[in-house]
Amino acid sequence: MFDYTTLRVIWWALLGTLLIGFAIMDGFDFGVAGLLKVLGRDNEERKVLLEGIEPTWEGNQVWFILAGGATFAAWPMLYAVSFSGMYMAIALVLLALILRPVGFNFRGKIHDPRWASLWDWVLTGSGVVVMLVSGVAFGNLFLGLPFQFDDDLRMSWHGGFFELLHPFALLCGLVSLSMLLAHGACWAALKADHVIAARAVRIARWMTLVFAALYVLAGVWLAYGIPGYAVVGPVVTDGASNPLYKQVAPGGSWFAGYMQYPWFWSAPLLALVSAVGVQALIGRRSVAGFIASSLMVGSTIASAGFALFPFLLPSSLDPHSSLTVWDASSSRGTLQLMLLVSLVLLPIVILYTSWVYRVMRGRVTLEQVRKAHGGY
Amino acid sequence: MIIIDTDVVTLSRLQFALTALYHFLFVPLTLGLVWMLAIMESVYVMTGREVWKRMVQFWGVLFGINFAMGVATGVTMEFQFGMNWAYYSHYVGDIFGAPLAIEGLMAFFLEATLVGVFFMGWDRISRIKHLLVTWFLALGTSLSALWILVANAWMQNPVGAAFNPATMRMEVTSFSAVLFNPVAQDKFVHTVSAGYVLGSMFVLSISAWYLLRGRNVDFAKRSMTVAASFGLAAALSVVVLGDESGYSVSLNQKMKMAAIEAMWHTEPAPASFTLFGIPDVQQRTTHVAVKIPWVMGLIGTRSLDETMPGIAELVDAAKGRIGNGIQAYDAMLMLRQDKDNAQAKATLAAHDQDLGYALLLKKYVDDPRQATPADIQQAADSTIPNVPVLFWAFRIMVGCGFYFIALFAFSFWKASRRQLDSQRWYLHLALWSLPLPWVAIELGWIVAEYGRQPWAIEGVLPTALGVSSVSAGQVLTSLGGFVFFYTALAIVDVFLMLKFVRKGPDGLGIWSPAIAAMPSGQH
Repeated sequence: MFDYTTLRVIWWALLGTLLIGFAIMDGFDFGVAGLLKVLGRDNEERKVLLEGIEPTWEGNQVWFILAGGATFAAWPMLYAVSFSGMYMAIALVLLALILRPVGFNFRGKIHDPRWASLWDWVLTGSGVVVMLVSGVAFGNLFLGLPFQFDDDLRMSWHGGFFELLHPFALLCGLVSLSMLLAHGACWAALKADHVIAARAVRIARWMTLVFAALYVLAGVWLAYGIPGYAVVGPVVTDGASNPLYKQVAPGGSWFAGYMQYPWFWSAPLLALVSAVGVQALIGRRSVAGFIASSLMVGSTIASAGFALFPFLLPSSLDPHSSLTVWDASSSRGTLQLMLLVSLVLLPIVILYTSWVYRVMRGRVTLEQVRKAHGGY
Repeated sequence: MIIIDTDVVTLSRLQFALTALYHFLFVPLTLGLVWMLAIMESVYVMTGREVWKRMVQFWGVLFGINFAMGVATGVTMEFQFGMNWAYYSHYVGDIFGAPLAIEGLMAFFLEATLVGVFFMGWDRISRIKHLLVTWFLALGTSLSALWILVANAWMQNPVGAAFNPATMRMEVTSFSAVLFNPVAQDKFVHTVSAGYVLGSMFVLSISAWYLLRGRNVDFAKRSMTVAASFGLAAALSVVVLGDESGYSVSLNQKMKMAAIEAMWHTEPAPASFTLFGIPDVQQRTTHVAVKIPWVMGLIGTRSLDETMPGIAELVDAAKGRIGNGIQAYDAMLMLRQDKDNAQAKATLAAHDQDLGYALLLKKYVDDPRQATPADIQQAADSTIPNVPVLFWAFRIMVGCGFYFIALFAFSFWKASRRQLDSQRWYLHLALWSLPLPWVAIELGWIVAEYGRQPWAIEGVLPTALGVSSVSAGQVLTSLGGFVFFYTALAIVDVFLMLKFVRKGPDGLGIWSPAIAAMPSGQH
């Protein structure tokens, strides 16, 4: 069907699509959870916020699972190196994610304000941890990670958890946090009772401002303070997936790709334009505001992926071990089959997901919550 | 050369086993209960009788608590391969990753997206649409099991793949072989049937408790009838397909089969089945064995004249495969120096299915080519799994299976004569049988996975080589975190389950004689 090079580029784009899908769909759930105590002043208001995400959060979280599974299938080395290397960070995210399904389900099962409040804190905490740690992890990709391969392609990692906390990575964590809090606030503005929605609009505006400032700051820092990596020597794009076959030199700029392909600039521009869009729209037309914040989230991630291209995971310890789009993928057969499967199944997923959102549409009002008993 | 820390191997295995066994407490109940919900709701839509809708809602509450636990503990499984088994992920991700990703796309998306509508959509969509949601939810859970078991079956029987020296990993040669792996078919039906048995027992036991208390009588009897019929079909299927599964194990995992039987030496065909005995690992014999002639030969070979190899003979065979594996390993290293070396290519092609056996030696010697006869003997002996554990786990599991057939058959007979509440001893029996399916299911996992040791991928990759470059301290920390969280969640889960069972349909306002007395259409 496609040649190996094209398949690799398609799967690089699909990996980005899945990450963006995760960030947009699961991101607003995390954002709402993170703002639970800020937006919801009492138990009933928090119930309104939670009921706004309860019917759909579980499906949203599958974007995360799928991103993991698809990375395993299409980029097995990326899956192996990133998850084992950043072991403690990933373990922290997993523990946070474990608490979410039970948090949503168990919160309403005992009618006691202390019980509900306990789970509110759990959901808030787990949301903040995931938003922050994902950003920190992403930031570390630009710094390079301390790993190398031996001749058997067994990876060894020479660093600990605290080395991941470089100031630039922490800044990326804050970019992720502010971006998804803004996105979550936009969802609340769209979905929650008007009393709460008004508060959410203010927070969405503030958070997009914070996000835009931090995003630009991170961009400037990346341009002037963080050296890039470059593949030197011949680039074989359709060779065997063995990172040790190529040569990489540190130095250079992460913006090299932006110079080579000027259309890459559309991503960061769209991110900033969308941030302005959120400001303008969220107070009057909340659906449009939410679409703007989704674009903001998507184009921010795309802009980071463009900067890294063709790198997936550069190694600071042994640059030749770096994973790139050209040498960390599955075999051609697997990429081809998985592409076919995705082309058939993803549209179906999007179809029934849209149907579910349509069925569950409409604002969750305080009155509704007061009348209802149970939920699930 | 990277030295593999044996503590990391032990702790990573312990963490995987604990999280998988724990996850597998909830998944089978989800698998089984959701079909019972689908059956009950179908009856509701067909007859229009309110009681059936209320049954779906009540059992649905318990389903929801369990579903949340299944999802929470499933997240860990998807990411643990990369975290703790990085070399495994690299070595077989090309094949193993695909069914996991397809599971997410085809199955988990479906069930996770629909579960919200199942609970919160009763008043938002028509009866028929809600019924369809429930059916697709049930379909999603079973499809989920299908893809996970396709992946797992490949670990037991790695078909359709070959080693590529350029990428130092296994790569797919035939996806249809992976998908239509005979082990996958047997495992899928056996495992989902086990889940259906568990779901049926759950409903049967709790309903029996209501009948013993004289509460929700009408409600409980109907639930029991559904459980008895569904449970009988499932129990028959689980045993028949278990036998099928045994047959396919005997074809490609002869060592596992011999260990389950504690068959230390090849017996003349047809081999006898050891009903009881005390396997002695040191002496390589089974004391006080009670044997039934012919049965094992019939199960394992479906013939009267084929022999089944014993453990000693399989160890000898392993020694031969280690010898071939060393040749393949040598050829692989030559290809690393010169990828066009034709002779090395031919040698690797001739022996690449034994390459994994050379990797067994890595535990004892850095370079398998330098192995002494003593190393080779040790490596060959290491292919014997833990015989006493497998022997007993298998027998208790099978014993439970036959008990389930008897119990559900009796329940079905009582249900068809409308005498479910006529004998209190029967209700007590049904109630106290509740833990048994869990026992059988966890033991089944142990037979399948612990019995696969020392391999992560049978014959291809030894478990110890699959680990990540992490420290024992890191794995200990994450293991501690999982144990703490999982224990806390287990306490909350059991507490909530008991609370809602005690409250019951009557206490929750889901069902009462008053609702029952209302003519249909006025609820």
